[in-house]
Amino acid sequence: MDAVLVALLLLAAGGVGALAASSRPRLAAGLGVGGCVAGCIVGLLATASSLEDLPLAWRRPWRVPYGEIALEVDSLSALFLLVLFGLCLLAAIYGAAYLAQGGARRRQGPVWLFFNLLVASMALVVMARNAVLFLVAWEVMALSSFFLVTFEDDTSSVREAGRLYLIATHAGTAFLIALFMALAAGTGSADFDYWRDAATRAAPASAGLLFLLALVGFGTKAGLVPFHVWLPEAHPAAPSHVSAVMSGVMIKMGIYGLLRTFTFLGAPPPWWGAALLGLGIASAMVGVLFALVQEDIKRLLAYSSVENVGLIAIGLGLGMIGRSYQLPALVALGFTGALLHVVNHALFKGVLFLGAGAIAHEAGTRQIDRLGGLLRKMPITGACILAGSAAITALPPFNGFAGEFLLYLASFGGVMSLQGAPGLLPLAALVGLALSGALAGACFLRLSGLTLLGLPRAAVAQTARDPAAAMRLTMVVLAALCLLFGLAPGLPLRIVEPAAAVASGGVTPHGPLEASADLAGRIPRIFVLLIALVALLAWWRRRLLSHRDRSVALTWDCGYEQPTPRMQYTASSFGEPIREMFAMLLPARRHVVAPEGYFPSRASFRSEVVRPFQERLYGPAFGAVSRWISRLRWLHHGRVQLYVLYIVVTLILMLSWFLVSQKVPR
Amino acid sequence: MSAVSTAQTLIGPLLALSLAPLAGGLIARTKSIAAGRKGAPLSQPWLDIGKLLRKGEVTSNATTWVFRAGPVVGLAAVLTAVALVPWMGGPAPLAFPGDLVLLALLLALMRFVTVLAALDTGSSFEGMGASREAAFSVLAEPALLLSLSTLARGTGAWSLSDMLGPPAGQAWPVMGPALGLLVVSLFVLLLSENSRIPIDDPNTHLELTMIHEVMVLDHSGPSLAFIEYAAALKLWVFQALLVGLVLPFRTGSLAADLVLFLAGMAAVSVAVGVVESSMARLQLPRVPQLLLGVTVLAGFSLILTLR
Repeated sequence: MDAVLVALLLLAAGGVGALAASSRPRLAAGLGVGGCVAGCIVGLLATASSLEDLPLAWRRPWRVPYGEIALEVDSLSALFLLVLFGLCLLAAIYGAAYLAQGGARRRQGPVWLFFNLLVASMALVVMARNAVLFLVAWEVMALSSFFLVTFEDDTSSVREAGRLYLIATHAGTAFLIALFMALAAGTGSADFDYWRDAATRAAPASAGLLFLLALVGFGTKAGLVPFHVWLPEAHPAAPSHVSAVMSGVMIKMGIYGLLRTFTFLGAPPPWWGAALLGLGIASAMVGVLFALVQEDIKRLLAYSSVENVGLIAIGLGLGMIGRSYQLPALVALGFTGALLHVVNHALFKGVLFLGAGAIAHEAGTRQIDRLGGLLRKMPITGACILAGSAAITALPPFNGFAGEFLLYLASFGGVMSLQGAPGLLPLAALVGLALSGALAGACFLRLSGLTLLGLPRAAVAQTARDPAAAMRLTMVVLAALCLLFGLAPGLPLRIVEPAAAVASGGVTPHGPLEASADLAGRIPRIFVLLIALVALLAWWRRRLLSHRDRSVALTWDCGYEQPTPRMQYTASSFGEPIREMFAMLLPARRHVVAPEGYFPSRASFRSEVVRPFQERLYGPAFGAVSRWISRLRWLHHGRVQLYVLYIVVTLILMLSWFLVSQKVPR
Repeated sequence: MSAVSTAQTLIGPLLALSLAPLAGGLIARTKSIAAGRKGAPLSQPWLDIGKLLRKGEVTSNATTWVFRAGPVVGLAAVLTAVALVPWMGGPAPLAFPGDLVLLALLLALMRFVTVLAALDTGSSFEGMGASREAAFSVLAEPALLLSLSTLARGTGAWSLSDMLGPPAGQAWPVMGPALGLLVVSLFVLLLSENSRIPIDDPNTHLELTMIHEVMVLDHSGPSLAFIEYAAALKLWVFQALLVGLVLPFRTGSLAADLVLFLAGMAAVSVAVGVVESSMARLQLPRVPQLLLGVTVLAGFSLILTLR
C-alpha cells in the first residue's frame, strides 16, 4: 500500500513541479512527464506485486465532517489500477512527444499538472472507501479532465465541448451526492465497508431508488445512452493522448462506480439487470450507428466508446439477471466478460486514439474524406490502426475476441436457461451484441480502409510520415498487447476473474470457469493455427511467384486510363447503404445544389446526420426549463432596496412558519 | 481418442479440402442443364484454380501489403473455420463450447480482409462492392448467430459438434416448426453469404450489379486462386451446417454415413443451382429487406423455443 501512495505522491509532485516551472517549457515537460511515468511505473509494480495478498487497507483520520482517508485495494480496485497506470504511462510518453511540437509547447506547465492530477485522482477514486473522499477525488477527476478538454480553448467548438462536459459531469455528480447522502442517512456512516456490511438491511424499495441514482450518476460518466451527449463532443476536443485516457480509462470510472455500488445494495431484483441491459443495448446500437456516419476520426472513436461501454453494460446486465435468477454461470460469464472488455477496450481504443492523433498531426486533418493512402506514408501508424480496428471488431486472433466471446456465451447461457418472458432479455442481448458487432465491423472497415488505403484524396495527406519515435513506440506497444492478450487471454483473466468475484458480491466462484478455461487453453491454440496457416500460405504464394511475371499496372476501371483519387468511394458513400437501412435512427439533412442547364457550372451535395438526442431530447427539455425560469425574470430589476425587501420578507415568512410549527406539538 | 475416431475426425476437413470446389461445379452443371446446355465438367473450378496457380500476378500501383495479405488471410481464416464444422462421421477436430461464435467471427475476419483489399485499390467500383458487402453483412451476421443459437437452445449444447447431427435429430420432434424456420433462414444465408442469386450474381461481370465479384476485380494469379478456393470452402461450410441440420441421423457404418453426407451436400448444391436458374437477381434495395426477413425468421424461431 505504501508503494501505491508513493506513486500518487510522485504524480502530484510531477504535476506541481511542472506548474512551478511553466515559464521554462522544457523543464516543465520533463518534470510533468517524469513524475507521471515514475508514478505510473511505481503504481503498476506495486499493484502487480501485491495481487497475491489483497485486499490492502490504509486509513488515516481527516478533519472533514464524515471524512476519513480510507483507502483499500481489493481485486476490483487492483484491476482498474493496473489498466489505469498502464494506459496512462503510455499516454504520458506519447504526450511528451505530441506536445513538444507546434504551439502546444508554451503551455506545458498546466497541461502536465492537470494530466497528473487526472491520473492520481482516478487512482484515488478506485481506492477510496469513504464517500466524502470518493466525491472529492471524483470532482478533482472531473475538473482536471475539463481543463484538459479545453486545452485548445482558442477554438469555439472546444469551448462549447468543455462547457457541455462541465454541465454533464456536474449533473451526474449531483445524482451521486444524492446517492451517497441517502446511503449515509440510511446507515449513519459514510464508510464503504459499513455500507457493504449493511447491504442486506436496505429495504427493497429504497434500494431500487438508490440503484437508479447510481445508474444515472455513474452512467453519465460512463457515457451510457441517453446520458452520453457530452462524450462525442469532449473526447475529440482534447489532445489525443488525453482522449485515449478519457476513453480508455476515465469513462470506466463510471463502470467501476456502478460495480462498487452494487456491492452495497444487496440482492438485485430482475428489473435492475433488465434496466442495465436495456441501456447497454441502446448504447451499443446508438454508439456504433453514430460512429458509422462520422466524418471526423476522433469523433467516430468517441461514439465507438459509447458502443463499447454499452457492451460492458450488456455484460453487467446479464450478470445481474443471473444473480436475480440464481444462475451462477450467467453471473460469472456476464461479469467476467464485461470486465475483460474493460481491459481490452483500454488497449484497442488507446491505440486507435493515439493513431488518430498521429494522423491528425501529420496530415493536418481528421476528416476521413480528405485522407487516404496513409499506410504508404505512415507504415507503422497504419499497421497499428489496422490491428486496433481488427481488435475492436472482435476479430481473431486479437484481444477483442475474448471479451465478446464471453459476452456471447453469457447471452447464450441466458437464452438456454431462462424460460418464458425473462428469456427475452438475453435474446435481446444476443441480437444487440450481434448487430452492434457487425456494425462495428463496417464502421472500422470504413475508418481504416478509407484513411489508410487507396490513394490520398487531398494534398494534405501527401506530406504525412510516421511520428516521433516515442509516439511510434507507444502505439506499437499497445498494438502488440492487443495481439498478446488475444493469443493469451489467460493473462488478463487471472486478474479479471477475482475482480468479477468481488463485483458480483462473491456469487462468482473463484477459479477458472469452464469457458475461460477454453479461452486460456483451446482458443489460443486455434489462433496459433490460424497464424501458422497465414504464414504458410504467404510463403507458398511467394514461392509460386518467385520465378514468374509480377507486374504493376493501373487499377482496373473498365479500361479507363486516367483515374484520379477523387473518383474513389468516399467515407459518406461507403456508409450510405447502412445509413439508409437505419434511416429512422439516423435522419440526415441534405444540402443539394442540383446541376442546371446544358453546361452546369456549379453543383454540390452535402449531407449531415442530425443528432436526435441533442436536437429532440435535451434541446427542447432545456429550452422548456429556461423558458419557465425566465418567467421569474421580473424579480431581477437591479434595485438593491427591493432585494433587501425580498430578504426581509423571506425571513419573516420563515420565522412565522417556524413559530407555527413549534406551536403544533403543544 | 482411438486411431479410428481420429481418422473419422480428420475425414471431414479432408473431404472439404478436396471436394469443396466440386460443389461450385455441380451448381454450374445444374444451371446449364436447366438452360438446355451441356455445361462444363464438374471439375472445372479445380481446373480454374490450377490454372490460376500457375500464372503470374498483376497488381495495382495503388496497393500496399494489405492487398496482398487479403487473399492469404482470408483463405487461412476459412481453413480454420472448416476445422470447426462437424460432418456426419463425428465431431469437428477443433470443437469446443461456444465454437459457433468463433465460426461467425472467422467468417467476419475473411470478409474484413476482403473488403480492406478491395478498398486498397482505390477503385470506385471496388469501393462500391466493399460498401455493399459491409452493409449486407450487418444483417447477415446477426441472422447467422441467431440461427445457430436457436440450435443451441434446441439441443442444449454450446458446440456445433454437439448440436448438428443426432442431437439435432432429437430436437426435431420437440421443436420441428422452429427448426423448419431455421432451415429456411440458413439456406437464404447460404445464398447471401456465398454471393449467389438472388442476392449477388457470381457470374456477371457488370460491375454495377455485383458485390463479391467486384471486390476481387483487381486480384489475379495465385491470389485469385486463393480467393476462389476460399469461396468454395465457405460454401462448403454453409452446406455442411445445413446438411447437419436436415439429415440428423447416422447409420452406424462410416461408409454409409459418408455416402449420406455427400448425397446431402450434392442435394444442397443442386438446390442452389435450381434457385439460380429459376430466379432473377433481386434489386439491390430489396436485399436488405430479404436479409431482415431472414433475421426476423431466425429470431422468431428462437422465440418459438423459449415458450
